[in-house]
Amino acid sequence: MAAVLTRDIVKKFNEVAAVDGISLRVPDGEFMVLLGPSGCGKTTFLRIICGLEQQTSGDLLIGGNIVNEIPPRARGVAMMFQSYGLYPHYTVRNNIAFPLRTQRVPREEIAKKVEWASQLLGIDHLLDRRPRQLSGGERQRVALARALVREPTALLLDEPLSNLDAKLRTSARQEIRNFQQRVGLTTIYVTHDQVEAMGMGDRIAVIDHGRVRQVGTPPEIYENPADLFVATFVGAPPMNIVSRNGGGYLGFRPENFLPRDMIEDGGATEFSFRVDRSEYLGSERIVYGVMEGFDSKQPITAKLPPAHVAEDSIRPGEWHPFAVKNSALRHFDTSGNRTTSH
Amino acid sequence: MSAIAEPVVKPTSRFHFIFDRRAVLETVLIAPAIIYVLLLVGLPLLLAIYYSLSAYTIYDPTWKFVGLANFKQILQNPTFLDTLRNTFVFTFGSQLLGLVLGKFGAFLLLQPFPGRKIVRALIILPFAVPVALATIAWQWMFDSLYSVINWTMIAAGILTREEAPNWLGNPYLAMLCIIIINAWRFFPFAIVIFLAGITAVPQDVIDAATVDGAGFWRRNYQIILPMILPIMAIGLIFGIVFTFTDLSIVFLLTMGGPGGATSVLGFAGFQTGIVSGDVAHGAAISLFMLPVLLVVVIFMLRFIRRREI
Amino acid sequence: MPRPAARALRETGFYFGVAFFVILAAFPFYWMVITAFKQNSDLYDVTNIPFWFNEPPTLEHIKYLFEETLFARWLLNSLIIGLCVTAITLVTAVPAGYSLARMTSRKGEALGITIFLTYLVPPTLLFLPLSRIIAELGLQNSMWALVLVYPTFTIPFCSWLLMGFFKALPIEIEEAAIVDGCSLFGAFIKMAIPLSIPAILTVVIFTFTLTLQEFVYALTFVSSSDQKPITLGVTTDLIRGDVFFWGEIMAGALIAAIPVAIAYNLFLDRFIAGITGGAVK
Repeated sequence: MAAVLTRDIVKKFNEVAAVDGISLRVPDGEFMVLLGPSGCGKTTFLRIICGLEQQTSGDLLIGGNIVNEIPPRARGVAMMFQSYGLYPHYTVRNNIAFPLRTQRVPREEIAKKVEWASQLLGIDHLLDRRPRQLSGGERQRVALARALVREPTALLLDEPLSNLDAKLRTSARQEIRNFQQRVGLTTIYVTHDQVEAMGMGDRIAVIDHGRVRQVGTPPEIYENPADLFVATFVGAPPMNIVSRNGGGYLGFRPENFLPRDMIEDGGATEFSFRVDRSEYLGSERIVYGVMEGFDSKQPITAKLPPAHVAEDSIRPGEWHPFAVKNSALRHFDTSGNRTTSH
Repeated sequence: MSAIAEPVVKPTSRFHFIFDRRAVLETVLIAPAIIYVLLLVGLPLLLAIYYSLSAYTIYDPTWKFVGLANFKQILQNPTFLDTLRNTFVFTFGSQLLGLVLGKFGAFLLLQPFPGRKIVRALIILPFAVPVALATIAWQWMFDSLYSVINWTMIAAGILTREEAPNWLGNPYLAMLCIIIINAWRFFPFAIVIFLAGITAVPQDVIDAATVDGAGFWRRNYQIILPMILPIMAIGLIFGIVFTFTDLSIVFLLTMGGPGGATSVLGFAGFQTGIVSGDVAHGAAISLFMLPVLLVVVIFMLRFIRRREI
Repeated sequence: MPRPAARALRETGFYFGVAFFVILAAFPFYWMVITAFKQNSDLYDVTNIPFWFNEPPTLEHIKYLFEETLFARWLLNSLIIGLCVTAITLVTAVPAGYSLARMTSRKGEALGITIFLTYLVPPTLLFLPLSRIIAELGLQNSMWALVLVYPTFTIPFCSWLLMGFFKALPIEIEEAAIVDGCSLFGAFIKMAIPLSIPAILTVVIFTFTLTLQEFVYALTFVSSSDQKPITLGVTTDLIRGDVFFWGEIMAGALIAAIPVAIAYNLFLDRFIAGITGGAVK
C-alpha cells in the first residue's frame, strides 16, 4: 500500500494532449474515483499510473518513489480491466497465482495466498474452472482476487462494472467498496458513471479534456461544483444554469427548485416558471419548463416529491410561482468558474 | 491490521528494463524476418537489376556494365515481343475465365443444398493441389494419342478420329490449353474469395436494401459488389501476379512450344538465363515483369485504401 | 400450375450447374486415380472406354515407384525441407507477426504492407541472382538450397497471416500480464503465443503445403535426382527419354497431392480469414 502522487502529467498522442497536466494526490488507503465523460483522458491517466503508457512529461510517485522509468511489472500496482483480462488458457487458480509466479514467490506460499484471496472473495469453489465457464460476476471476483493476491501498492480499476447488467452492478459496487475498506487498499477507480462515483468514492476527481476540473468528496462535488462543467456533468438531471443579468451564471439543483409555498422561511429567490412537460418516475416527478426573464439553452428542470405536490399545482402551459433557497443558489463568473461570494 | 504485507522489492537496474520499451522489443522481434527478407529478396532484386545492365554470363562472369544494351537487343528480337504478348494473353485470358467461373461457382455455393460441404471440398481441389502435379495430369488428358477429351468427343460423335485435335501441337490450341489450366487452377480461389466477401457483408445492410425496395440485381451490383470489391482486389492481385510470372505450367506442358507460341516471360527468362547461361539477358527478360507488377500492385493498393475510407 | 414446373426447372438447372463445377474441378483427379491403378494394357488401348477399369485394377505402378525409382527418397526430401522451412518460418514469422500487430504507429501498417508485397516478388525474377548466391554458399544442386530459399516467401506470407490473428487477440490479456509482473516479452511468450496455438498450427500447415507446391526454385537449383523434392521428382524424373510412364507419374502425383489437398480443405477458412482480414479490417 502506498500513496500515489502525480505532478503535472502530460500525455500527447501525435501532438494532441489526451492528458493535459494532471496533478493528483491519492493518500494511502483512499478510494479515489476518476469521473469524466468518455474520451476525457481518465483511462489514459490510469494507464500511465500502471505503466502501460509512458507520460510525455510530468512525474509519477508511488509510495514516495519516482517511478517514471520503471516498467509496469516493477511498480507493484494491480489493475482490473474493463473486461477483466482474465487469462483464458489458465484455470482460476493459475489466474490468481500468476502475479505471484512472475515474482518467483515460493510454491507453498503461492498456494497459501491463492487460498486466502479466493476465500476472501468467496470463489474457492471455482478454482479449477476456466474463465469461460464463469458468470460475469464470478469473473469480476476472480479478477479482483488476482489483483489483490500480490498485495499491490495500489489497485487501479478501469470501468470494471460496465460489463455487468444493472442488477449485478449494484451488488458488485457494494462488494468492491466493502472489500477495499476491509483491506485498506489505495484504490483509483475510473468510471463515467456518476452513480458509481458518488456511491463509492472517498473523493472524486472530475476530469474533462485531460484536466482535473475539481477534486473533492462526493458532497463537495455535488453541492459546490467548481465550475459549469462539473455542475452539469454531475447530477441527473444536471444543475440548472441560467445567465445572470450583468454577466455570469446562476445555478441551482432541480431538487432545490420548488413551488414557492413549499419553502417555509424567507431567504429565497422567486421565479416564475412555466411548466411544459412533466414525467412521473414513482419516487419523484421531473418537471421541464422555462423561466420568465431568463435565457437558457437547456430546459429548466425541477425535481419534485410527488407526495407533496398536487397534480394540478403544476399544470402544463401555466405559469407557477417557484423559488430556490438563497443558500442553494450557486454563482459562476463569465468564464464558468464558481465565485465563492454572492 | 490488514492482511496486506509490504510489496516485494525488485532489482531496478536500467539495463534490466531495456526490453520493457515497446519500440525496442518490437524492433528486436521483427528484425530476423526483415533481415532474412532483405538478404534473400532485397539483395537478389538489386542483383537482378544489375545483371540486366551487365554482360554477365555463367561462362564469363564479369561485372562489366553495358547500360541498356541488353534491353535494346531484347526489344529488337521479334520472338521476345511474341513472348510479351503471350504473357498478357495468358494472364488476362486466364484471370477473366477464372473470375467468370468463380462468380458463378460462388453464386451456386451460396445456396444451401445437401452435400454442399463435399462439393466445396471437391471444388477447392484445383487450388489446393501443387500446380506442377495438376499440370502433369492435364498433360495426360491432352495427350496426342490417348487424350480422354478427344476420346469423349469421338465417342459422342462430335469428331472423327482424323479430326481429333492435337491439343499441344497446335499454337492456338496450346495457348488455349495453358489458359484453361491456369483458369482451372485459380477459379476455386476466386470462389472462396467471393464467398468470404459476401459472407462478410452484414445481413442488416442486405435486409435494409431489400426493405428499401432493391431487387435482386440492384442488391447484387449496387450493394454487395461494391462492398466486396476490396477483398476481390486482393484476390486479383494474387491471381495476376502469380500468373504473369508463372513458369511451371508452360515448362511442364509445352516447353514454350509449338514454335514459341506459348513462351511467356518466366519461361523465356529461365531458358535464356539458366539453360543457356546468358544471365544478363535472362535477367533483362525477367525484369520486364517488374513494371507490370508495380502497376498492378500500386493500382490495387490505392483502390483498397480508397474503399476503406 | 406453372409454378411447380418452373421451380423444378430451376432446381434442375441449379444441380446441373453444381455438377458442371464438380466435374470441372475434380475430373483431373479422378483421372489421376484411375490412371494410377490401371494396367498398362488397359491404359494404352484406345478402343477401351477410358473412364473405368476394363481390366482389374493393379498396384503395379505404385510398387514400381517405390522399388525402381527414387520416389521414397523424394518423399523424405520433401519432408525434411518442409520441416526445416517450417521451423525457420515459425522462429521468424511468429515474432514478426506479433510485432506488426502490436505496432500502433503508421510505421507498423506500412511495414506490414511492405512485407506482404515481398510475398508477391516472383521466383522467376529472383532465380538468377539467387542461383549465384547459392553457388557462393556452396549449396548448388542440394536440397539445402531450397531450405534456405523457401523462407523468402513463407516468412512474408506467414507474418501477414499471423499479424491478422494477433490483431484479433484482445490486448487486455497481455496488458493484464504486464501489470501482473511480466515483461513485454514475457507477455508475448506466456499469453500471445499460447492463445494463438490454432493460428500457429494453421501457419505450420500452410508453410508445409507451400513448400510442397513450390516448383520454380526446385527446378532451378536442384538437378540431381536424389536431392529433388517430390513435386519436381515426379514431374521431371519419371520421364525417360521421350517416354512418359503415365501410370507411375499419376500414382506419384496422387500420393504427393493427397496430403496437401486434405490440409488445404481443413484449414481453408482460417487461411482466407488471414489473407483478407489483415487488409480489409
